[in-house]
Amino acid sequence: MIILMLMIPIAGSLGLLALWGFMWALKSHQFEDLQGNAERILHDEDDAD
Amino acid sequence: MTIDYACYAHEDEAGRQALYLQIDGMTCAACAFKIEDRLNAEAGVRARVNYGTQRLHVSWAGQTDADKGRINALVPLIEKLGYRAAPFDGESQMEQAREAQRFLLRCLVVAGFATGNVMLFSQALWFAPAGSLVGATKDMMHWAMALIALPALVYCGRPFFYSAFNALKHGRTNMDVPITLAVLLTSALSFYETRRHGDYVYFDATVMLLFFLLIGRYLDSLARGKAREAAQGLLAMLEGTATLTDGTSVRIRDLRAGQVLMTATGEKIAADGVVIRGASDIDTSLITGETLPRSVEVGEAVYGGTVNMSAPLEIEVTAASDQSLLSQVVALMEKAEQGQAKYVRIADRVSAKYAPVVHILAAATFLGWVFIGHAVWQDALLKAMAVLIITCPCALGLAVPVVQVLASGELFRRGILLKSGKGLETLAQADTVVFDKTGTLTLGQPQWLNPEALRAEDYALAVSMARRSRHPLSVALCYGVKVADSDIEVEDVAGCGLAAQVDGQVVRLGKGVWLGAQAVDDGQMEMWFRRGEAAPVRLVFADRLRADAAETLTGLKARGLRLVMLSGDRQTAAQAVAQGLPLDEVRAELLPADKVALIEAMQAEGRKVLMVGDGLNDAAALSAAYVSMSPSSAMDVTQNAADFVWRGEGLRAVLTAQRMAVRTGQLVTQNFAISMLYNVLAVPLAVAGFVTPMIAAIAMSGSSLIVVLNAFRLKWARG
Repeated sequence: MIILMLMIPIAGSLGLLALWGFMWALKSHQFEDLQGNAERILHDEDDAD
Repeated sequence: MTIDYACYAHEDEAGRQALYLQIDGMTCAACAFKIEDRLNAEAGVRARVNYGTQRLHVSWAGQTDADKGRINALVPLIEKLGYRAAPFDGESQMEQAREAQRFLLRCLVVAGFATGNVMLFSQALWFAPAGSLVGATKDMMHWAMALIALPALVYCGRPFFYSAFNALKHGRTNMDVPITLAVLLTSALSFYETRRHGDYVYFDATVMLLFFLLIGRYLDSLARGKAREAAQGLLAMLEGTATLTDGTSVRIRDLRAGQVLMTATGEKIAADGVVIRGASDIDTSLITGETLPRSVEVGEAVYGGTVNMSAPLEIEVTAASDQSLLSQVVALMEKAEQGQAKYVRIADRVSAKYAPVVHILAAATFLGWVFIGHAVWQDALLKAMAVLIITCPCALGLAVPVVQVLASGELFRRGILLKSGKGLETLAQADTVVFDKTGTLTLGQPQWLNPEALRAEDYALAVSMARRSRHPLSVALCYGVKVADSDIEVEDVAGCGLAAQVDGQVVRLGKGVWLGAQAVDDGQMEMWFRRGEAAPVRLVFADRLRADAAETLTGLKARGLRLVMLSGDRQTAAQAVAQGLPLDEVRAELLPADKVALIEAMQAEGRKVLMVGDGLNDAAALSAAYVSMSPSSAMDVTQNAADFVWRGEGLRAVLTAQRMAVRTGQLVTQNFAISMLYNVLAVPLAVAGFVTPMIAAIAMSGSSLIVVLNAFRLKWARG
């Protein structure tokens, strides 16, 4: 059962990592315009800045 | 409506001028990029479209007023691409609402994370063979659950805690009170049990309850957000600016009584007022249903929404604009956040009455199990918590508002403005549709019937002359005609028509009497053309039917509605329009009071009348009818009287709105039934002690989710 002492924190921190990633994406306004941004990537003339 | 975009521009943090524009006509994301590319090609301009909200943020370098004015040159670039743009200044308000939505999303995601990870342990505890997970291992797993669940509860329970706390502070209860109580008590009990190595640990139930409830809340707020964005966008498209006598531009919304407007030729008069300088003709087609203009002088009253035709006017505003359509709609949107419709009020009342019952029932369950059932107190408390969770009238509270919000959002998106909270309910019940003729079934714009009456060179000349005038018949004369402009000097003879010198001859276009023509009295709109001393030629005009009128009326007819046309026009004109339309009844030569009397008579027979009209003469009929609609080309007064206002050329909006209203009514009834049924079934089971907090959490949040998802069928169904 000692393996649990290792596995539980690993599982937890993996989850936290994903949570952090989502919070970062939300904070940097990645969810503002889902449809527009989905197609923006296909647009050739996008400005370089 | 003329708009001075510069008065909406403001300086951003980077010291650049910036402005939000609502864009109309984008059908795909490629449209958005087309606009961006066109604007970014201009020096110093940066543009970014949010396709979801159909809003463009544009910024450009410069500080001076002249720099500000540059936007007035940029907007035509967008319009040249085929899109309409209107200034939008509600972005900061919108941002606040969006922040609230993001807060819910953060809570939702944390709750989801916690639920998943707590389940990892609770599943292990449930499904492990009996006796294999005991002692220190079991305690460790309980502690791990507590470690995840407790911080998560504090974080993502906030939407419920705040709302419950606010209700209690004002001496009320709402549906968040039992939820908060259940979450807090169950967590406290679980923590207590964890410390004393007990078995009554239900962290999984609490986080899961919040997770599922938050899904429902988030979907609800998403729908509200969409409705709000769409409504604000639609409002922006309807808004305009007016010019004051000192040359400054003011938004029409900000006009106050006593201010003096400068109204140029061809401009829409921005507000109700009195003429204080100048004399001109006003297009009164909206007031009287007549297509020919009326002349006005100093001291006469003019109505907002009518068009000034022949000379500039100074108009003193008499009605402050907080009576206006826009402010009414804005006020409605604020009310719609709570919902003011009948069903919503019922749901509110039931929830308010029901919430104390929930607490009493839970307390009774606890006491009953301790004293009558002789259960251990932990067990009794858990049964009481199950009752508290399962009886919470969340589904009932969500059942109606979600449908209403989704329906109004969908209508806004299609250019139909819902102005009264009860509009959808009343429209669903309407069984008779009464149409006005001019401006409703027809476009209210005359069409030239006999272009063949003129010889080719006269035709080109007449069109060139007519282009110099804003008279509706002149406009009709050049409508859609592609003839090169002749280089001629045209004189506008007030009250008579247009005159020009061509090859030494006087060419006249205008009233018959002025040209010396023989009067013809067949009731048709006419204009005369005469070259020199040649015989005068009569040009005949008639109103045009809206392109989709027949299709819309057939659609309404197929839905079992009785269709009536009430017109103020002559019998012959009314019959001409009614031909080919599936109308059940046509009445003509009616005064406004007759229309009201007829509608009241129909309603006395028990019919529920939807009145569709646009003129000032229809305003009374619109108010008299059970429910009413008017196009956005209508007079401000008329739009104020209507429950729905729609944008665009077509009449199809009537059918769309009717369909949507009926569908909304069905979904509301279904949702009521679902939430009632749920409570009737679940509560006795919970009181009897058959339900663990975990199952209660699933059942209760499940019922809320079902109700919300059922409401979303409104979007999935085609309408």
